[in-house]
Amino acid sequence: MSSPVIGISFGNTSSSIAYINPKNDVDVIANPDGERSIPSVLSYVGDDEYHGGQALQQLVRNPKNTIINFRDFIGLPYSQCDITRCESGAPAVEVDGKVGFVISRGEGKEETLTVDEVISRHLKQLKLAAEDYIGSTISQTVLSLPTNFTAEQKSALSAAAAKVGLEIVQFINEPSAALLAHVEQFPFKNDVNVVVADFGGLRSDAAVIAIRGGIFTILATEHDNTLGGNDLDNELVEYFAKDFEKKNKSNPRTNARSIAKLRANASITKKTLSNATSATISIDSLADGFDYHASINRMRFELVTNKVFARFSSFIEKVIAKAELDPLDINAVLLSGGVAFTPKLSSNLEFLFPESVEILGPQNAESSNYPNELSASGAALQAGLASIYDEDEMKEALQPIVINTPHLKKAIGLAGANGEFFPVLMAETSYPVKKSIKLKEASGDLLISVYEGEHHIEEKTLEPAPKEENDEDSEEWSDDEPEVVREKHYTLSTKLMDLGIKDVKKGVEVTFQLTKDAKLRVSVKDLKSGNIVKGEL
Amino acid sequence: MFTLPALTSDITVSVNSGAKLTESVRRPIEPVGKFFLHHAQRTLRNHTWSEFEKLQAEKNVKTVDESNVDPDELLFDDELADETLLTHDPRDWKSADLYAAMGLSKLRFKASDAQIIKAHRKQVLKHHPDKISASGGLNQDGFFKIIQKAFETLTDSTKRSQYDSCDFEADVLPPKKGDSYDFFESWGPVFESEARFSKKTPIPTLGNLETEKKEVEQFYAFWNRFDSWRTFEFLDEDVPDDSSNRDHKRYIEKKNKAARDKKKTADNSRLVKLVERAMSEDPRIKLFKEQEKKEKEQRKWEREAGARAEAEAKAKAEVEAKAKAEADASAAANAKADKKKAKEAAKAAKKKNKRAIRSSAKDADYFGDADKAATIDEQLGLIVDTLDDEQMVEVADKIKADASATKQVLQDIAKTMSEGGKLPASLLSYFL
Repeated sequence: MSSPVIGISFGNTSSSIAYINPKNDVDVIANPDGERSIPSVLSYVGDDEYHGGQALQQLVRNPKNTIINFRDFIGLPYSQCDITRCESGAPAVEVDGKVGFVISRGEGKEETLTVDEVISRHLKQLKLAAEDYIGSTISQTVLSLPTNFTAEQKSALSAAAAKVGLEIVQFINEPSAALLAHVEQFPFKNDVNVVVADFGGLRSDAAVIAIRGGIFTILATEHDNTLGGNDLDNELVEYFAKDFEKKNKSNPRTNARSIAKLRANASITKKTLSNATSATISIDSLADGFDYHASINRMRFELVTNKVFARFSSFIEKVIAKAELDPLDINAVLLSGGVAFTPKLSSNLEFLFPESVEILGPQNAESSNYPNELSASGAALQAGLASIYDEDEMKEALQPIVINTPHLKKAIGLAGANGEFFPVLMAETSYPVKKSIKLKEASGDLLISVYEGEHHIEEKTLEPAPKEENDEDSEEWSDDEPEVVREKHYTLSTKLMDLGIKDVKKGVEVTFQLTKDAKLRVSVKDLKSGNIVKGEL
Repeated sequence: MFTLPALTSDITVSVNSGAKLTESVRRPIEPVGKFFLHHAQRTLRNHTWSEFEKLQAEKNVKTVDESNVDPDELLFDDELADETLLTHDPRDWKSADLYAAMGLSKLRFKASDAQIIKAHRKQVLKHHPDKISASGGLNQDGFFKIIQKAFETLTDSTKRSQYDSCDFEADVLPPKKGDSYDFFESWGPVFESEARFSKKTPIPTLGNLETEKKEVEQFYAFWNRFDSWRTFEFLDEDVPDDSSNRDHKRYIEKKNKAARDKKKTADNSRLVKLVERAMSEDPRIKLFKEQEKKEKEQRKWEREAGARAEAEAKAKAEVEAKAKAEADASAAANAKADKKKAKEAAKAAKKKNKRAIRSSAKDADYFGDADKAATIDEQLGLIVDTLDDEQMVEVADKIKADASATKQVLQDIAKTMSEGGKLPASLLSYFL
């Protein structure tokens, strides 16, 4: 077997690698330390290079030689970079107009690394981990990136990867990758609109993706570089710091090392709270020689970080608004990234959205248990496809003529017996497309009338049920506010064609086909006798 | 459920040609996933949907062939064949369908040891009490116990043969009497399932309508002399383990043995009846019987061929002899008649010649000697009477040929006669 193509999800905080194993399953690869979510951290002590979790530990002892949060700097001029995010690690400096880091390699020697070099070394470590795991050399990869990466950033990444003998065959968008991985495991039955929300350590990205016949179209994206799991850590650090100050009359915030210790442990505590309802934190000699030991339950954590969670929720609402959609148009919210583990995020969203919206977090049985691995798995799936198709084919497939397709503005569907509209081709369906529906119960002489449909949101106010006069207990609990029910309704708009089919015994199949020049062909087939009636617009 | 409206007017196709779709928006689609690659293939190669679907279908067939799915896995049950097993009392495990518990209800006695181990592993992964309680199920390990018992039974060759003997689920019942059915289709599986108890191998197969007579005979001979290893120990009543009541134990053992023997006898007689019935219904046997009958007739016919040929030859000879005799008789008659005729003809010719010679003198006007006519006639009469047949013909011919030379001819013959001494010259005075 030739060497497999791997999928890499490269994040600011952590990276994952995955590949399609010979059993045709997605395997997320663990590095030699057993980490499947590998911290994107490099640390140098003398001649030694540390990577991943080992490097992350150096953040406390050896912060000046530990490089963190470097991904977003690739291909950008120094002036556009937010270097404050590197404050707790090796400080970012300007090297040749780009971001660089100055690392001491022991005995007074210093090494200046540009961000490209750092990324090369990081990718090399990932490559080594994958080669170790798979047992063959690896030369090709599919990389997932946020949707707002520019072409220059991508080419800079390609160059950095090429330096360590890794060819990036395709860049794919993180939300698409995550959705691809989800759909592979838990396919949607119908065409849906999904919000893919990726809450990473440093930044958050969300995208509204329409799935039509398995093809993804991004309708809107939203990014927030100031919102992420680190904000949860910060709130928790602040809470613990206050607690420590109260107990020991000593301020840990004045000492960088204390903060680093507290942050590292708070992060672990946060992760524990995703799985358990209470967790402890214990740090030896946090500040001024005082040890710190405390326990915190999930409720407290959720209260402390309430504001950040509110921002997550509003962030998702924002992207839906940007796509000019209503929450009722959304069928599911797929959560990915490390923050998705916290149960509060899912429960908040469940509360926020109507019941028709499914929240696909790790708590949902219908979704992956590892939201932080979704994007790497998606990249691996795409990598698997890339290894099946030959290179030229892949290159041609990525041409604009293939990728840019017309999308329906309005749904096309059938008029039902009671004058209702039944969408077959939903709005935002890219065409050419072919879709058929089977109506198994249909029989007799039938009229198939094809319409364009429009939808609107109907708001109804339900008056609360009249209270019983004598029931005093209920008064305390009853909600006096009238309940507002919002519903999505379709109405028939333009009539496109009528087809008649006679004497149907059992079931018809209606096939809609829309060619690339927007010609609509509808055919009706009697499932029993095989009679076909066709119409073309 | 969405329902279509009924057709009220007579429409087949009516397109609202004026209508136009709302202007579309161009957007990039995400270049990920197989559906995108399919789209790319269609766009780049200008395939229509139907062409593409055909290609995909071909491809799918290939991938199924090449897929490295364990072929054993396909033979296992996807889900538990009998849901009631889940609540089956494990103490009463003997009455449970052990193959179904192992997910082998399709394979049963055909399952190989490797397949049993694989199936057991699969079932354990699914039904282990830890797994069930982890997924929120009740902590009941009854079914798991049955699985373990099944594994224990099926992996021990002795226990397995005992269980297989009593695995009535694997028995295939013969078709009902009186129904119309295809003999080979309905009896083939019956014999196949019975064959599992054979001590002897190879086991002849039922074959089909074209099978040779010899093979068919071998088949029934095999089944008539079937040697079965089927035992009924599995159905034994449990022998009490305690040593307190030895008599009771012996009693139970004795009872078990009797029951086993009875069952074995019943099973043997069942098989004998089964084979008997199959034989009586086998269309080939009927065919062979008919053939035999025909052959017998043929042979009989052949055996009688010698006698028949003799009789025929005899008859022929008789006919021939008769024909010959007839022919001879007729030939003889003919010859007689011919002779008579010739004689008569010769007589007539002689008479004619005599007359011609006698009258020759008269015809020649007695040669001018009419006065001596009486003498001439008398003497001529003498000549004629004396002439032998040859001379007579000669003389008659000569006279006939030349009437004028009659006298000369007569004179010549008279001379010959007198010289020959047949007639005295005195009597032939006129011609000498």
